[in-house]
Amino acid sequence: MGTGDALVNNGETPMDLSFRDEDLAFQAEVREFIDKKLPQDVKERYDRGLHFSKEGQVQWQKALYYNGWIAPNWPVEYGGTGWSITQKFIFSQELGRASAPPPIPFGVSMVGPVIYTFGNQEQKDKFLPGILNSDDWWCQGYSEPGSGSDLASLQTKAVRDGDDYVVNGQKIWTSHAQHADWIFCLVRTDSNVKHQEGISFLLIDMKTPGITLKPIIGLDKEHTLNEVFFDDVRVPVANRIGEENKGWTYAKFLLGNERTSIARVAQSKRHVERLREIAKQERVNGGLLEDDRDFMRKLNLIEVDLMALEYTELRMLSMIEAGKKLSAEPSLLKIKGTEIQQRLTELLVESLGMYGAPYEALKKYEGRNEAPVGPDYAHGPMAEHLYLRAASIYGGSNEIQRNIISKMVLGL
Amino acid sequence: MDFELSEEQSLLKDSIDRFVLDHYSSEARIKLSETDLGFSRDHWKTMAELGWLGMPFSEEVGGFGGSPVETMIMMESMGKGLVLEPFFSTVILSGALVAEAGSPAQIEAIIPEVIEGNLMLAFGYAEAQSRFNLSDVETTATKSGDSYKINGHKAVVYHGGTADKIIVSARTSGNSRDEDGISLFIINNDAAGVDIQSYRTVDGQQAADIRLDNAEGELLGKEGKAFPIIEKVTDNAIGALCAEAVGAMAAANEITNEYLKTRKQFGVAIGKFQVLQHRMVDMYMEAEQSKSMSDMVAMKLALGYEVDTKKAVSATKAQIGKAAKFVGQQSVQLHGGMGMTDEYSIGHYFKRLSTIEMLFGNTDYHLNRYSNLS
Repeated sequence: MGTGDALVNNGETPMDLSFRDEDLAFQAEVREFIDKKLPQDVKERYDRGLHFSKEGQVQWQKALYYNGWIAPNWPVEYGGTGWSITQKFIFSQELGRASAPPPIPFGVSMVGPVIYTFGNQEQKDKFLPGILNSDDWWCQGYSEPGSGSDLASLQTKAVRDGDDYVVNGQKIWTSHAQHADWIFCLVRTDSNVKHQEGISFLLIDMKTPGITLKPIIGLDKEHTLNEVFFDDVRVPVANRIGEENKGWTYAKFLLGNERTSIARVAQSKRHVERLREIAKQERVNGGLLEDDRDFMRKLNLIEVDLMALEYTELRMLSMIEAGKKLSAEPSLLKIKGTEIQQRLTELLVESLGMYGAPYEALKKYEGRNEAPVGPDYAHGPMAEHLYLRAASIYGGSNEIQRNIISKMVLGL
Repeated sequence: MDFELSEEQSLLKDSIDRFVLDHYSSEARIKLSETDLGFSRDHWKTMAELGWLGMPFSEEVGGFGGSPVETMIMMESMGKGLVLEPFFSTVILSGALVAEAGSPAQIEAIIPEVIEGNLMLAFGYAEAQSRFNLSDVETTATKSGDSYKINGHKAVVYHGGTADKIIVSARTSGNSRDEDGISLFIINNDAAGVDIQSYRTVDGQQAADIRLDNAEGELLGKEGKAFPIIEKVTDNAIGALCAEAVGAMAAANEITNEYLKTRKQFGVAIGKFQVLQHRMVDMYMEAEQSKSMSDMVAMKLALGYEVDTKKAVSATKAQIGKAAKFVGQQSVQLHGGMGMTDEYSIGHYFKRLSTIEMLFGNTDYHLNRYSNLS
């Protein structure tokens, strides 16, 4: 064989994928932590794609909190970790690998960054600790019956009365409102200007008199969605973030963060793994599903797209770390991420053959003391498949995301 | 882990972008591709003077010791202008084979000449029956004194007609499609028994079918053991080709996006129509996903060559093959009738993107390879 070294493969270039020794040590630390602290029930629900129980989720989030790991993306001064992008990458990889759910996004990923970026000192002191330690649970009051994709047309009104606002109106599609202590709301404070210019951002205690909830049962027969009604609800002006009528700015900032967090690459990687596990067990034509070329081709195609998404996310994180400003790139993550989630859960259902039909949703899981119908892994995929049809609708529909990219990136 | 370019890498990128801007206007490229040679010897000289031809070779032999990341940067910038000079064939593909497999004497004789711009190379690996399978080799080589006699037919050898030396794969033992028993040989383009049938390719480049009738070849590397080297060099070359596609897609998207802003129908710029906006967004997203894969694979190749690297190469080629077809075809679509003319630039991007999808294995081939390696 020739000398070979005439062609240099030098891994020490600045543009570099390698993990350093301390990164590998960090990976081991994360793995050990998850192994010790992740409650079995939380893990199993997440792996099956079922909804969380609040009790289990709080226990897990508190474990992350006590370890200082609840909010890796926050600035260190507010409780962030100060991790490099490599460490963030490793952390989310390890969560996905172990079927450990990330924190519920409404507090840590959504309203938290709005509060520390635009809130005053008093608000930071009052709200950030409860978000970090999971004592306060949040929900998102954005959509209204007449305001879906055209969010800025929202009509819930807040009228100033002394040191309070009096809020009247209705929010809808409010996920997990039944578990929430607080709701962050977009409300109309000026009706005589352009839609975007008359909106304010309020933090409202869910126990305030005049708030009523009505559950909406979803396609998956579960209660995750709600209607929230406001009837003369008094909210202290001190609970307004930033300036009056500037709420749209804060809302857009939050939506940008939301889009990044719903790419969910690590969880999709775990789904790929589950599909491979199922394909080794499902029988077809006297052989196994993993020998079915049509099925495996679909899986391989998704896996390639997912790899591209993963590195697109890393590339964007790297840009942020290098101080570059993103415009609408997170919309790409949202579109591609949710398309992949939907293709994966669709393929999971397909992998079950006829056992896609028996419907063993969450209620059965909670009460059951006998084995479900069909193979154990058949319990979960259909529920998640149904629920995730919402993925291309929530957080701004994927069509709206395309409008945003078209305007912000392409200038069309 | 870091996706940002260093200052030196940025300078390299800027210098190639500048070259493309100066020499590769759409009109200039069309003119150049229609000359007999199909590219410019002056440009080749410039590339040598700027040190580009030595980028991936070690400093001991006069190169710059660049990694696959530098190759990616160069190929992406060249892709933006659809550069015609045989940088890929000579340096990335054939030069790497010599550097990987050659004896010190062979490296010493060939690489400095390549770096100086005095020697052009091509690699003949495909045969009429082989499609994309690198081990499907029916060309034979038999030992005769100090050299070998090669017999067979190498198909669609890019830049085979303009190369001074051609490297070919040939079987010294084993059955066709065995990985074992394949060897590499260096053949002079003017040697007896070498019949070179040159032709133009659809992407504005040139290739040749080469028939070998007892042609004399010099063994490159160990007899019968060339396959792992061919596979490794080819995988590196696929990474480079993917970067070229990323550059070409970025350029095609930019041209198309600009067209949407200027072309008017129904009294408005056609970019005001939502159906066209969403198509353009999909093209943009495919190009971005491809850029991420191209960056990733360059960095992986820089770290070494494992099974995981091969998987990453095939995943990247599959993604980029898919994206290249989509972006190429839709660029023509959004241009309407203008997209159908040979005079306008967009069709040339479409044609090159289409051949890149096919070269070294199309999307189906690489999805299969990915699957088999999983």
